[in-house]
Amino acid sequence: MKADVATRERIKAPELREPLLELAGVTKSFPTVVANADVSLTVHPGEIHAILGENGAGKSTLMKMIYGVLTPDAGKIRWRGEDVSIRNPAHARSLGIGMVFQHFSLLETLTVGENISLATRDTAARLAPRIVEIGERFGLPVDPRSLVHSLSVGQRQRAEIIRCLLQEPALIIMDEPTSVLPPNGIPPLFATLRKLAAEGCAILFISHKLEEIRALCHTATVMRAGRVVAKVDPSNESNETLARLMIGHDLPRSHRTAPHPGDRPAMELRNLNHQPEDPFGTRLKEIDLPLYPGEIVGIAGVSGNGQRELAAILSGETVLPALERAALVIDGNPCGDVDAGARRKLGLAFVPEERNGRGAVPEMSLTKNVLLTAHRLGMVRRGMIAFDSARAFAEKCIKEMDVRCGGSDAEAQSLSGGNLQKFIIGREIRLKPKIMIASQPTWGVDVGAAASIRQQLIDLRDQGTAILVISDELEELLEMADRVHVLFRGRLSPPIARSEASTGLVGSYMTGDFLSAESSRKAVLA
Amino acid sequence: MTRLPWIVDTRVHRTRYTALLAPCTAIAVTIVGALILMSIMGVPPLRALYYLYAAPLSGRYNIGEVLLKMSPLLLIAQGLAIGFRAKVWNIGAEGQLILGAIGGSLLPIYFNDSQSALMLPAMVLVGASFGMAWAAMAAFLRARFNANEILVTLMLNSIALQLLYYLVSGPLRDPFGFNFPQSALFPDAAMLPILVGGTRVNVSFFIALIATALAWLLVRRSMIGYKLEVGGTAPNAARYAGFSEKQAVWLSLLIGGAAAGLAGVFEVAGPLGQLQRVISPGYGFAAIIVAFLGGLNPVGILFAAFFMAVILVGGDIAQTAAGVPYALNTVLQGILLVTYIAARLFVDYRVRLRPPAPASEAQI
Repeated sequence: MKADVATRERIKAPELREPLLELAGVTKSFPTVVANADVSLTVHPGEIHAILGENGAGKSTLMKMIYGVLTPDAGKIRWRGEDVSIRNPAHARSLGIGMVFQHFSLLETLTVGENISLATRDTAARLAPRIVEIGERFGLPVDPRSLVHSLSVGQRQRAEIIRCLLQEPALIIMDEPTSVLPPNGIPPLFATLRKLAAEGCAILFISHKLEEIRALCHTATVMRAGRVVAKVDPSNESNETLARLMIGHDLPRSHRTAPHPGDRPAMELRNLNHQPEDPFGTRLKEIDLPLYPGEIVGIAGVSGNGQRELAAILSGETVLPALERAALVIDGNPCGDVDAGARRKLGLAFVPEERNGRGAVPEMSLTKNVLLTAHRLGMVRRGMIAFDSARAFAEKCIKEMDVRCGGSDAEAQSLSGGNLQKFIIGREIRLKPKIMIASQPTWGVDVGAAASIRQQLIDLRDQGTAILVISDELEELLEMADRVHVLFRGRLSPPIARSEASTGLVGSYMTGDFLSAESSRKAVLA
Repeated sequence: MTRLPWIVDTRVHRTRYTALLAPCTAIAVTIVGALILMSIMGVPPLRALYYLYAAPLSGRYNIGEVLLKMSPLLLIAQGLAIGFRAKVWNIGAEGQLILGAIGGSLLPIYFNDSQSALMLPAMVLVGASFGMAWAAMAAFLRARFNANEILVTLMLNSIALQLLYYLVSGPLRDPFGFNFPQSALFPDAAMLPILVGGTRVNVSFFIALIATALAWLLVRRSMIGYKLEVGGTAPNAARYAGFSEKQAVWLSLLIGGAAAGLAGVFEVAGPLGQLQRVISPGYGFAAIIVAFLGGLNPVGILFAAFFMAVILVGGDIAQTAAGVPYALNTVLQGILLVTYIAARLFVDYRVRLRPPAPASEAQI
C-alpha cells in the first residue's frame, strides 16, 4: 500500500510548503557554449511553475539535468530537502520525477496498455484498470485497449501523461505540451494539470506561449542566455512584459500591407484525391486549392488530418500517377507526376516539418546542407561543387537568420531544432522561389525568431511569391495568412477570408463543422 | 516482461581518429588470427609471420606480385565504394569482372594476329561496357521492379561463371589448344606493358591509382557524388531535394560494373594472356571487404587494398613454402571482414550492462 502513503504525503505537503525541488548555482557548459550559468530554481509541491525562455536559453538543458539525462558541472540539486545527484532518468523516476516529452514515444501498432506496459514491469492486462482509474481521476479519458494509431494527438498525449502518472511522480516536467493540441484540446489539459496540482503534484511547464502561461501557472522563471533573469507571478504580467523579459527587448510586430495577388494561380490543386501508401496515413478527398502569386494561404487543422500527405504531394516527394497529373498545376502546366527536383526547377521551395533527415542531412555540415536545394544558384561548375560559394551562402544565412551554431562547418545535427529550422527557412527563402510551401515554419522556434520568420515570409509575399503555410498554430496563421482553409479528415474547408477569420470560426471548422454546412447547402441546391 | 541484460546506444563523442579504430583492430586481429591458425597447422609463429607479412614485401618479384594483385582490388573497390556510399549494394563485382574479361577477350581472339595500337584501348572499352551491361541488368530490375540488387547481382555471378565455362569450352576455345578449356594466347598488341622488369606488375596499377584520384574527385568534389551520398545517408532528404533514387541506382551499378569489367580486361591482358576457366581468385568478393575496410573512403581504400594484396600474396607464399591449405586465404579474408564489422559495432555504439531497475519501477 505504498501508493496510498505516497498520496497522503502529497496531500499534506502543500500545507507545509517545504520546497520539493531546489536548484542552487547549477551550471552546465558544453564545448562551445555555457548552456546554464548559476541557475537557481525552487519548486513547491502543488505548484505549476513555468519555465519561459527563447530557444537556446537553456530550458532543455536545465530539464535534462533535473531528469537525470545530463549531470551539472557545478551547483546543487536538492530534492525534498536532501542533496541528490540524479544519475539517470530511471533514478529520477524512482525519486518521483516524471517527464512528458513534446514528441511522443508511443508505438503505433500497439495498444495504449501495451505501450504503457513497456515502461513498466507489468502486463497490459494488469495495468488496464489502473489506466482507467487514473484517467477518471484526472480527466484523461483513454481506452487502454485502443491501438495508438487510431488515436488523436490529444489522446496520445493523455496516454503519455498517464504513463508518467503511473509512476506516482511528485513532479512532472512537461515540454511544450500544448504545441500539439487543437485549441479545444487545451482547456481539458489545463483542467487535468490543475487537478494534479491540487493533489499536490508539482508541474514544471515549459512553453513559449505567453497566454497559456498567464492562464495556468502560479510562478514563472524566465531564462535568457543560460541565466535566470526573472522570477515573476505571470498573472500580474502582460504578454508584452513577459516577452520583454524573455527576449530582452520588445517583441517585433509584423507589419503587413494589403495583398496584391496575381490573376493566374502559380500553383493549383484541382479535385485532388489521394490514397497514401502508408496504412496509417490520411486519405485526401476532393481538394481544390488555387494559390495566387503575392498571397499567403494558411492551412489550419489538428495535425494528422492530412497535412503531411498534402505537403508531400505539393512538394513532389509524393508523385501522383501520370493519369492524375492534371490534379496539380504549376503555372498552367499539369505537374502532378513531376518529381521534387523538377518542381524546384520550376521555382518551388519547400520547408518540411521534419528538419533532421528531410530538410537537412544530419551528418553533413551546414555548407553541404546548403547544396541540398541551393545548388542551382551557381554552386556547381562543370559538375564540380563550388564549395566557396556554398560556404558563403551558408554563412550569409547563418548571420541573417541569427542561427546559433558552430559556424558553417557545424553538422546539422549539432544544432538545436529551432536553430536548424531557422537555417532551413533561411535557405529556402534565399532561393527566391515563385512558390513557397512551408510546413510548421516556426515549430520550436522562439518568439523573437518566429516573428522574424513570419515577417520574412510576408516580405516574400510582397515580392510576388505564392505562399502556402501549413501550421498547427492558429495564431500564426491568423497573423500571416490572407485566407485560411482548414483540413479535417483529409477534406479542405471553404476559404475563410482574413477579415472573417477568428479563433472561434476556424476552431469550429477544425472539428468538421464545414462538412455539415456543405452537405446542407448541397441539399438546398438539390 | 523480460529484457536483454545489456543496452546498446550510439556513441556521441568521436574524434578524427575514431574512423581508423575499426580497420586497425580488424587488421591486428587478422594478423594475430593468422599466426594462431598457422601455429595450429604446425608452422612456428615467427616463420608464419615472415611468410604472411614480411615475405610479400621482400624482393622485387614479391613486391611486384603485391602490386599486381592490388590493382584489381583497388579498381573494383573504388567502383563499389561509390555505390555503397549511396547504399546500393552491388555484390556482383565478380560476375562483372568475368564479363569484362570475356568482352575484353573477344577482340584479341578474333583478331589474333593484329598488331594495331588501338587493340588495347578497344579491349578496355568493350570489356568495361560488358561489365556495365551485366550490372545494368540489376539496375534495371531494381529501378523498374524494385528487385533487390543484392540478390540479383549475387545470382548474376553464378550465371557469369557458367557463361564463361561455356565460352572457353565452346565458341572461344583455342582450336589448336588440344581441347584445353582456354582461348588462344593473346597477341603482344593485346598485352599490357610491364612496368618494372623482373616482375609481373603492369600499367593497370597506374590506372587503378588514376581511378583512385577520380573516385576522390567524384566523392569529395562533384555534385554527382554529393547526390549519391545524400541518397545513402538520408533518403528522405534526397527525396525532398529531388535527387532521383533511380538515377542513383543506375549510376552506382554502372560505375561498379565498369570498374569490375575493367579489372577483368586487365587480368586477361595482364598476368593471364588468354581467357581461361579461372580468371580471378575472388577479386570481386575481396574488393567488397577492401571497400568496407577502407571506410568507403577513396584514400582509406588505397591502404586497405594494399593490405589485402599483402595477405593474398603472403597466403600464396605460405602455401608453397609451408604447405598450408589453399583455404587459408579465404579464412583470412573472412576473419578480416567479420572482425571489421564487429569492431564497427563497438566503435559506433556503446554496449553496457543494463542498470538494475529501481525499486519503485518494479512496483507498478
